[in-house]
Formats: sequence, structure tokens, C-alpha cells
Amino acid sequence: MTAHAHTPATGALARQFPPITQLQVGALALVIIGGIDMASYFPRRPPLGLPIALLAGSAAVFAIAVVMLARVQDFAWDPFFLVIRWALLAYLIQAGMIEYVFVHNHASGAPLVVVTLMLVMFAITIPTVIAFTVARYQVMPRTESHT
Amino acid sequence: MTDQAHVVASTGADRGGEASPRPAIQVVPVKGLPIVAAIVVFLIVAITKNWRWALDWYHVAGGGLWTGIDLFVGLVLGPILGRLSIPARAEFSARFMPKMVLIMPTVVVMTLAAGFQLAVNLGDLEPSNPNHGWLVASFAVVGVMSVIALGLLEPANIAVLFEMRKPQPDGEVIAKLMKRFIYTAGILGLMQVATLVIMTRVATQ
Repeated sequence: MTAHAHTPATGALARQFPPITQLQVGALALVIIGGIDMASYFPRRPPLGLPIALLAGSAAVFAIAVVMLARVQDFAWDPFFLVIRWALLAYLIQAGMIEYVFVHNHASGAPLVVVTLMLVMFAITIPTVIAFTVARYQVMPRTESHT
Repeated sequence: MTDQAHVVASTGADRGGEASPRPAIQVVPVKGLPIVAAIVVFLIVAITKNWRWALDWYHVAGGGLWTGIDLFVGLVLGPILGRLSIPARAEFSARFMPKMVLIMPTVVVMTLAAGFQLAVNLGDLEPSNPNHGWLVASFAVVGVMSVIALGLLEPANIAVLFEMRKPQPDGEVIAKLMKRFIYTAGILGLMQVATLVIMTRVATQ
């Protein structure tokens, strides 16, 4: 029993996709760096320039990934939406826990808004990358059209 | 994602052989959800009430499990998995990965939420505190681990489970995703050594 290491990729592996996973992981990394920067100042009020720049960068990269994903033809949208809705539920709960810890410790005003937006990015980025990873390996009836 | 699919098929690697029955694959083990819910509810109560013992318990128990599981999976189980045949990996994954889908997010939330609350209560996050720099270093380590675990490992884990639910799973897809799982688990295991250094340092200052 071998892993067919010498044969060219076939089926689901043969299909090429735009760098959606890389962009989504990049968006996640930016928002996590921003979160670390803000947490390192807590409970003091952090300077918001860097976190806002990282948040904006994360949102922009994520938006590019979403546009690329929307343009993919013959994509397995049913499994994508099946996975994303459950993963979104799980990560909204996780993000809610983190938000609660900040609110409980009297975070307020602009820093809380930035943290909340970062947690929103966190909660939507991870489900999207999970759902895309699942759906990209679902073989569709027509797989010849690549984007 | 919680419905079961009884897959009776062979993987792509041994197609052509006799089909062997494989276990029912449940992406999220429903029976574990009430336990997770109870853990999260008690965690919220512990944070709300600032119960020192409960926060310590959540942080130490969660952190110990998180570190131990990452080290064991990354440095012991991963290399063993890498040497198994693809059908054997698939068989193992079908039983192992659904449990990881529930266990890992739960221990991570336990550790981080309780740890942050403890740090605030103990004043460890104040810039004048000698632990401040170590905690910021631990944030950075956890940040890198989060990107690897949430952006690469977990999607591969769930994609493997979906692949194995198919009537005819593709062995090449499973092999590719398992390779990603093995490498990322190894990196996380090594990074947990840094966490151990930082946390023992924080606890003894």
C-alpha cells in the first residue's frame, strides 16, 4: 500500500485555487498581533494607532480573500455553508468569552470598540478558513473551470 | 456537522482491495457538548466571582492538558502517525480527531480566560511587575501557536473528517491533510516547551 507519491495529483487535489487560505491566515495573524499588543498594555489604556492599523489591514486582507472566494466557479458551497455556520457558532462563543473577560475588567471606550472589532475578525476568519479547507476538497461535477 | 455517516469503503490508497467496514464518523461528538458547556459556564462563574482557587484550577489544569496534549501529539504521536499506512492513519484519525475537535478549544479557552483573569487580579500585567515581560512573551508564543493551530491544523483536522465521511474517501487528500496535521502538531509541541519555560519562570518570581 503506497501513497501514490510518484503520480500527478488527481481529483480534488488537482484543482488549483487562488491563495485564499494564505490570505485568511494572514488576516488572522494581523488581528492576533493587534490583540497581543492591546493585551500587553492592559489594564492601562493602550495607544490605538498600531492596533487600528493592524485591524484595518486584517479586514482588508480578509475582504480580498472573500472576493477571491466569491469568484471561484463550481465551488462546493453547500459543505462550505454547513461548516461555516457551526464553526461560526463555536468561535462566536470563544470570542464572547474573551470579550467578557475584558468587559469584566472594566475595559471601555475606544479600546473596547477596537478589541470587539478584533474579536469579530477573529470569530469570522477562523470559520472561513475551516469551511474553505473542507469545501475545496469536495469534487464538483464540473472541475475544469479554474480561477 | 453532528450527524453520523456510516462509511463502508476503502481509502484511495487501497482501492481495488476488499472493502473493509470503517467506524461511523461524527465530526463533533455530541455527547461531549454538555461537558464542554458545563466547563464554560463554571469558567464564567469563576471569572465573575473572581474565585482564586477556581481560576488557578482552570489555568493550571487547562494549561497542563494543553501543553501535555500538544507535546504528546506533536512529538510522540505525530511521528508514529507519519510512519503508518494511509488506511491505518485514516482509521486512527476517525476515532482520534473528533475528540480533538472538542478537547482542544475547550482547554485553550479554560487556560487563556482564567490565566488572563489571574494575571489581572495578581497585578502581573502592571509594567512595574517583574512578570510583565514574561507574560507579554507568553502572549507572543500563544499568538504564534494560535495562528498555526487555528489557521492550519484545525482546518486540516476537520477536512480529514469530512473526507472520511465520503462513500469513497480520497487517500491522497487524506495523506496531504494528515501531513499538514503532523507537521503543525510537531511545531506546536516544540513551542509548548517555550510555554513551559515562561510559565515556570512566572510562577517562581
